[in-house]
Amino acid sequence: MKGLLVLTALFVAVFGKVTFEGDQVLRITAKNAEQIALLKELPEETLGLDYWMLPSHASLPVDVHVPFHSLQAVRAFLGYNQIQYRVMIDNLQDVVDAEEREMVKYRSLPRSTDDFVYTNYHDLNSINSFMDMLVAENSNLVSKFEIGKSYEGRSLDVLKFSTGANRPGIWIDTGIHSREWITTASAIWSAKKIVTDYGRDPVLTDILNNYDIFLEIIANPDGFAYTHSNDRMWRKTRKPNPGSSCVGVDPNRNWEVGFGGPGASSNPCSQTYHGPSVHSEPEVKAIVDFVKSHGKLKAFLSIHSYSQMLLYPYGYTRTSAKDQAELHELARKAVSELQSLYNTAYTYGSVITTIYQADGITIDWTYDQGIKYSYTFELRDTGRYGFLLPADQIVPTAEETWLALMAIMEHTKNNPY
Amino acid sequence: MAGPGDLEPTHFPARRAATVALHRLNVAHGSPFRVFGLQQVHKASVEDVAAAGRKYSLDLSVTDWAAGSAGPALRCSAEVLFSRTEQSSGPEVQLRCEALQKINSTAEDHAFYQKYLAPASAVSAQHLPDSYGNMSEEMQPFWRLARVAASFIMLRESSENTEFNMAQVASITQQESSDKQLMLDYVVLLHDLPSQEIIQWKLLVSWSPDRGVRVLQTEWQPRCPHATEPPN
Repeated sequence: MKGLLVLTALFVAVFGKVTFEGDQVLRITAKNAEQIALLKELPEETLGLDYWMLPSHASLPVDVHVPFHSLQAVRAFLGYNQIQYRVMIDNLQDVVDAEEREMVKYRSLPRSTDDFVYTNYHDLNSINSFMDMLVAENSNLVSKFEIGKSYEGRSLDVLKFSTGANRPGIWIDTGIHSREWITTASAIWSAKKIVTDYGRDPVLTDILNNYDIFLEIIANPDGFAYTHSNDRMWRKTRKPNPGSSCVGVDPNRNWEVGFGGPGASSNPCSQTYHGPSVHSEPEVKAIVDFVKSHGKLKAFLSIHSYSQMLLYPYGYTRTSAKDQAELHELARKAVSELQSLYNTAYTYGSVITTIYQADGITIDWTYDQGIKYSYTFELRDTGRYGFLLPADQIVPTAEETWLALMAIMEHTKNNPY
Repeated sequence: MAGPGDLEPTHFPARRAATVALHRLNVAHGSPFRVFGLQQVHKASVEDVAAAGRKYSLDLSVTDWAAGSAGPALRCSAEVLFSRTEQSSGPEVQLRCEALQKINSTAEDHAFYQKYLAPASAVSAQHLPDSYGNMSEEMQPFWRLARVAASFIMLRESSENTEFNMAQVASITQQESSDKQLMLDYVVLLHDLPSQEIIQWKLLVSWSPDRGVRVLQTEWQPRCPHATEPPN
């Protein structure tokens, strides 16, 4: 009885507990029948005790969830009666929270590309799993292959949409500058769009019956991972620069044509550092090797953000590209299609006249390789949110950009060379 | 008839000058409920002005971001002079916008002011917007205020070779109100398009509907280069 009196003296009433914050689960080891009897006398209801394993025999442990407000009293009781115990769960709310997080994670793991959340930005794992699901669901149309490894050893994956062998190809890449998240998000939507529209949309079906489409959704996976883990504003690759504390090379200044000119920086700490040598970045080299070995790419579309522009070569010189007139007119048409959806205003022209001089860029090289329809896109917006484009603009951006991509792909198909 | 100094209005030389004009407009008229963005450059030309520098003449339209898609476009004309000599104060801007003189502080400005002037108010936040472009309704006026304050710096730092936007508000910490002004400590990230650099500035800002935005202190902050050890 003494024990109970001590207990009552220490008891504090609590009203309306809604969380398990501070609650503990104790494992009590009674050493004899007398201690078991004492435990059975504890006023369960008043203390709010919740037995996970009821006191029955001294040989069996007694597990009890003790609310925070009763802890002091219960411990005093156990101590006074010399009943051994240990704390099994230090804070029950933590365990509940962890479980909730696991459940949410499991709930939101899409089980198909129909389940996938296109209206938000995703991380590397989620995007990789999207690609695998897309391939699994459309194995007649889509395959995934690797063109190389990033500096940190990540796979450089490309989706191939193909309905036959030995076709000429159209290339699209996104995410080469890792902070340009809208480009990667748009590519995911576009990949799904392609598999949805093949066999339904006559223009796309016709394109795919004659050309393969290659889509590299994350062209700079190391940088992309870094934007999630460390610095949302990271642009470059993640390769260290010997002799410098600054990491990374601008993968859109590392290409051969115009390499090292004033439209790039020779300072490793700069965002536009061209790198130690032409194609020094494995992310760039992988694309170079693929383009050369494929030999039949007819359009090359490299997608960036932001500025709302559609740009054609050159970036390194004011000399007009040989096909300037045609490229300009096609850009006008593509932009007009894009604008027709949400009235998003785009500018178009050559890189050097429209945005700035840029040396060693992707499309200057691909164009000089003979890929006539080489374009760089700069997606939404024009600076209000910049790289941090609100997620609710992902789908509208992807939808309007798709119209421009279709215009270019259709023109490519109708004008074989 | 195209003149010798005529510029393609959608291309970068005109756009950079227009961006400078916008910074000037926001410095003069920006508030928690008014931030101007460029809608379109209609016409632009540039001329050399003897020893002084290069002067851009612009015909442009701007919109108020705070007004949403409902807001009308304001027509403006501007002259932007980029000096040949190193100016510590940045380019000079002459700006005329229709209906500008009619713009006063709004009811929303006053409500916001009253709410946060209270001595107990100690707003603090990080990453506006967040990585996903999201920002709460409540924080939007603080973001706009940062954007206006950032315009002071962006104006000062501008040249023909820059094109600044505010990339993100890294942090905001409200200080104790002083002299009936809201006092805010901001760290803002600016993005320069041509160099692609992210530049970090710490700003101490005061604001009231009467006095407008004032930037009291500025401090450039180096961004850690996130160095890794080079492999041996």
